[in-house]
Amino acid sequence: MTTDTRPTAPVETSPEGLSHTEIRRRRHPRQAALTVFTWILAIGFFFPVLWMVLTAFKQESDAATNPPTFVFTPTLQQFRDVFDAGIATPLLNSVFATVVSTILVLLLGVPAAFALSLRPVRKTRDALFFFISTKMLPIVAAIIPLYVIVGEIGMLDNIWTLVILYTAMNLPIAVWMMRSFFLEVPGELLEAASIDGASLWTSVREVILPLVSPGIAATALICVIFSWNEFFFAVNMTAVNAQTMPVFLTGFMSGQGLYWAQLSAASVLAALPVVICGWIAQNKLVRGLSFGAIK
Amino acid sequence: MASITYDKACCVYPGADKLAVDSLDLDINDGEFVVLVGPSGSGKSTALRMLAGLEEIDSGQIRIGGENMVGVPPKDRDIAMVFQNYALYPNKTVGENMGFALKMRGIPLDERKRKVAEAAKLLDLTDFLDRKPAKLSGGQRQRVAMGRAIVREPRVFCMDEPLSNLDAKLRVQTRTQIAALQRRLGTTTVYVTHDQVEAMTMGDRVAVLKNGVLQQFSSPTELYDRPVNAFVAGFIGSPGMNLFTAPVSDGEITVSGARVDLDAESQAALRRSGLSSVTVGIRPEHLALADDGTGIDAEVALLEELGSETYIYANLADPSVRNLDAEPMVMVARSSERSPAKRGEGIRLKQADRAVHLFHAETGERLV
Repeated sequence: MTTDTRPTAPVETSPEGLSHTEIRRRRHPRQAALTVFTWILAIGFFFPVLWMVLTAFKQESDAATNPPTFVFTPTLQQFRDVFDAGIATPLLNSVFATVVSTILVLLLGVPAAFALSLRPVRKTRDALFFFISTKMLPIVAAIIPLYVIVGEIGMLDNIWTLVILYTAMNLPIAVWMMRSFFLEVPGELLEAASIDGASLWTSVREVILPLVSPGIAATALICVIFSWNEFFFAVNMTAVNAQTMPVFLTGFMSGQGLYWAQLSAASVLAALPVVICGWIAQNKLVRGLSFGAIK
Repeated sequence: MASITYDKACCVYPGADKLAVDSLDLDINDGEFVVLVGPSGSGKSTALRMLAGLEEIDSGQIRIGGENMVGVPPKDRDIAMVFQNYALYPNKTVGENMGFALKMRGIPLDERKRKVAEAAKLLDLTDFLDRKPAKLSGGQRQRVAMGRAIVREPRVFCMDEPLSNLDAKLRVQTRTQIAALQRRLGTTTVYVTHDQVEAMTMGDRVAVLKNGVLQQFSSPTELYDRPVNAFVAGFIGSPGMNLFTAPVSDGEITVSGARVDLDAESQAALRRSGLSSVTVGIRPEHLALADDGTGIDAEVALLEELGSETYIYANLADPSVRNLDAEPMVMVARSSERSPAKRGEGIRLKQADRAVHLFHAETGERLV
């Protein structure tokens, strides 16, 4: 087992009183250029998000000006309008489809990944390939048969349809992700637990699951993001009752032109839950993505 | 406490065409410390894992205390195992690691705590009971793994190369501690290692394995003094025994002109065998530098000064003398002197005494 117990190095200073980092910065002007470039890139990615948030607090007249205005009187009018437009149903639908499908994915995917890693069965590779191969077919190619089937069994515009589709959509990714986390767990731990007298279920619960919990968090978050943002199934399979947030957002792109401010407000509301989830899962996620450290 | 019997126990890995462990027969007495030793791929770890229930017994039996263990899951065998990488539960504290087996048996918390505290005291781990394994040094983790094994007072300890992750000094120290602990507890122990020094120093008896087949099962000194075949002769001892093939004529063995001096027993065995060539084995300490012009002509290739003694590695002048891999022979001799010769210097090696091992040139079996 290895641990990262490296002490943080004390900041040493050179005779001229310069810290090592300063010296390094002076020595490498290229590094400084790289830092600037990174900042530009980061701001470039972040700016549209910032602009969306700013626009959400503008009047529609301020939002449409060209050149854009940075100085404006903030208002919550757009958010009020969005709520009046009936955000409650799509929001609840999205939450329901996301949460239920993610739970289903974890319930099915974690045991499957366990079986395909720590307790490999015959044809493991074939099974894994089958899982990932389902992601190779473009969804567009499957939508017509799916639509016909769903229509035949009378499940159009039903949120459970989306739950099932999202579960199927995310399951392969979850199995592959979880498998990579399970592979990091030394098999000897299961053996040690079985010698210590634990049943398979007890050793999984007491020993394995605590170790892969960061991985489960990371997997769950990915599933949440994918389900929450899913548009194609939702727009084709739902109408009014089962409408989800992404479909609801398109309603603000009406025939009379774009309502920028309202669309931005609705988008902010749509993005918020995912941002919050990511923020909550942040710690686990970092551990999940740098998994080797727990070994 | 219990005796252990391997009765023609076999194990084959799925897809492999030969047995990982081939008809292993071992009778291990109650309270005995037995070491399984062999090169990698010899089946020693597999044999241990069969005892622990981590590998199937494909045919034959393994009995613990007279009970057949075929089909018995690990948890019902009442054994404890120390793994090479310790396999400590990273999410549990040292105390929880040590007490896990007791918890699984449903032993109440206060009794568990008492037993863990006792074991921790024995292993000098009392101050670390609340730490996670990640915050321990290699030696401490090794002790926790030991503690996890002893706290449950099992019938058998299984140890799979438990010292191989420690540095050299700590390994020697821990070696003696484990041996002492085992004597004190009196628990039957099967210990796997590839290190023949560990095997010799720790075991009451040592089983040498090669390619899944038991070669010899006897006390360390017996292994050293009377190896049953050329493999055991070459494996036990460091530096290894000088093993080379030599022709026999008129019941005498000569190596590059020098006659090999045999005791009466070896002479008789050699005559009985009627072989035209044999494998001769001479330990480094039974060779010495000759100063009277007799002995085997050689040139010093390398000197290993260990402080208390010196090993002389010498290329033989006669290229026809070959080792068991049919390569030119390099003889190793031990000297108690400092710098007994210089590199590149011509020397003559003679027998210091008549301790010579003779093996069948083809089968490798010991004559006598």
